[in-house]
Amino acid sequence: MAQITETPKRATFLSQKTANGVLRYLMMLLLALVLFGIILLLTGKNPIQSYIDIFRSTLTSGYGFSEVIVAMVPMVITALAVAIPSRVGLINVGVEGQLYMGACLAAWGALTFTQLPAWALLPLLMLLGMIGGAAWAFIPGYLKAIGLVNETITSLLLNSVAPKIVAFMIFGFWHGPMDTNKTANFVPAARLPAFFGTRVDLSLIFALGLLGLFWYVMKYTRWGLEMRAIGGNPQAARRNGIPVKAYLVIVMCLGGAIAGLAGMSLVSGYYGLLLANFSTGSGYMGFLISWLAFGDPLGILLVSFLVAIITTGGNLLQLTQGLPYAAINILLALTLFIVLARPTFFKEPKA
Amino acid sequence: MTLLAILGVISSAIYSGTSLLYATLGEVVGERSGIVNLGLEGVLLVSAATGVVVAGQTSNPYLGILAAMLAGGLMNLMFGYLVITRKANQLASGLAMMFFGFGLSALIGKDYVGARIAVLPRWLLPGLSGFPKLYTSLFKFDFLIFLVIPVAFLVWWLLFRTRWGLGLRAVGENADIAFASGRNPLWIRYQALFLAGLLAGMGAAHLSIAYTMTWTEYMTGGRGFIAVALVIFSKWHPLRAVAGSLLFSAAVAFQLVLQNSGIDISPFLLDTIPYLLTLIVLIAWGGTRKQSAPASLGRVYMGSE
Repeated sequence: MAQITETPKRATFLSQKTANGVLRYLMMLLLALVLFGIILLLTGKNPIQSYIDIFRSTLTSGYGFSEVIVAMVPMVITALAVAIPSRVGLINVGVEGQLYMGACLAAWGALTFTQLPAWALLPLLMLLGMIGGAAWAFIPGYLKAIGLVNETITSLLLNSVAPKIVAFMIFGFWHGPMDTNKTANFVPAARLPAFFGTRVDLSLIFALGLLGLFWYVMKYTRWGLEMRAIGGNPQAARRNGIPVKAYLVIVMCLGGAIAGLAGMSLVSGYYGLLLANFSTGSGYMGFLISWLAFGDPLGILLVSFLVAIITTGGNLLQLTQGLPYAAINILLALTLFIVLARPTFFKEPKA
Repeated sequence: MTLLAILGVISSAIYSGTSLLYATLGEVVGERSGIVNLGLEGVLLVSAATGVVVAGQTSNPYLGILAAMLAGGLMNLMFGYLVITRKANQLASGLAMMFFGFGLSALIGKDYVGARIAVLPRWLLPGLSGFPKLYTSLFKFDFLIFLVIPVAFLVWWLLFRTRWGLGLRAVGENADIAFASGRNPLWIRYQALFLAGLLAGMGAAHLSIAYTMTWTEYMTGGRGFIAVALVIFSKWHPLRAVAGSLLFSAAVAFQLVLQNSGIDISPFLLDTIPYLLTLIVLIAWGGTRKQSAPASLGRVYMGSE
């Protein structure tokens, strides 16, 4: 599995081809919509009405738009949790597990330190969430650095373990008086404050702040340079005196910490409690978004926004068209397929 | 803890391990040709749903199994189009396949959630007919279980004793050299993926048609990912894959025994045992597996201009 770490070519967004590129992505999206429309037709639904529903429910009302942002924020953070390790050539498919462990530790904090005021409790919960995620990422990172087991496989196995630990804690110790599969509501001080009466909460600031920080560190600091050096050629980096092993472990933990922060913001912001199996694939979604955006900060924001529109609209399709919620994954996957397949709509000049 | 309970646990371990072994064998074939399919989970789901629907519509479980296999093959051909013809990244395409499988299987199976379908006939393990009926009823297996070990040997024979298998492994080691020696890497990879899909479909069919006899969303519960891990565990060898899935099933069985014996451990913690055990064995074997990986696993064959 050692050769699996092939890094995709970086796209150059800011060239004269930008307009052409945007047009290309729009064509791809259109193609995905047409394909999904055919599937909808085959199942006896009205695709045009479905798309109008998606568009109406997400972009034409303030509330709908805020819901898109709510869905987008965890995607941006989990995508960053993948993008950062990918810069040193690590493939972090373990975001799902790291997210659960971050949420688990943060929930412990929220249920234990109920007396603390919000200004002390929230930073503590963030710290706990990051510790949880980082600890979970340390295992694959360390095993990879000492050359024992490939990080992909360790992460995948640990992804199956983490939700079970969360379920164990909830069912065994933390469940509320009325339910068995979730904790009691957190105290108000443990909730991330929301803006303007919507469900958009402080995690939006985390996401944007982390994006900016990621861009700055990668572009302007020594760490960013050394990380890119390791990602480009680990042998050369080692011979130049860069502590490659330490970087691998630390960067993997950093990715895990960010994934843990995503978990913390989900339980402390979105849900306000810890629910067994609360995430179905948001970690894997982060991987795809990061990959589609080539790990580029602005790209992560744009792709997350697009994917958030699709998933938020999918909620509504379930109500109006009687489709199973999972069906929206088809539209999502078709979009991904088309981007992955890189179709050529126009004859490009041969280089 | 009675003998009956222990036998029951062994029986259920065999049932749950069979689908895993089929999926693992399929992934071995795919990875030997140089392609990692992380979307196996999605392939399994679509196959399982298709199998249940066809078996339900026709009241014929055999047609259901056939349909599940074909669905698996078609899903893998789609994946093949992305990673072979369009030369897309295998990990990302695999995860996209997973999401596609989530959606498509939910759509296919939506009228069959919880519906019971026709039962696949089961036969008693030969040589056990003298024992009391109470015990032997646990060792009645369907033909997919009887077939799984022969299929493992068949895959081994195909990979290591035929020209076709030699070509397939050559492509997995170095597609350029395989091309230079007159083989068509793209075509061989499509064949490998199709066979892998058929095997995954058999596994999924066993899960949904023979074992649970119903369809529920996300019913595979991570089996696809476990199969990917077991391939590495078994050093890309079909016969060692038998050992791998036996170990995993044994861990599942052990966990069930502990639960039955009334020891007060949370079932959720016990559920983690199979995964942790697999991880520990991987760590214990350490670096020796590196040499056994197909050398161009995960690499895109760009063709020769």
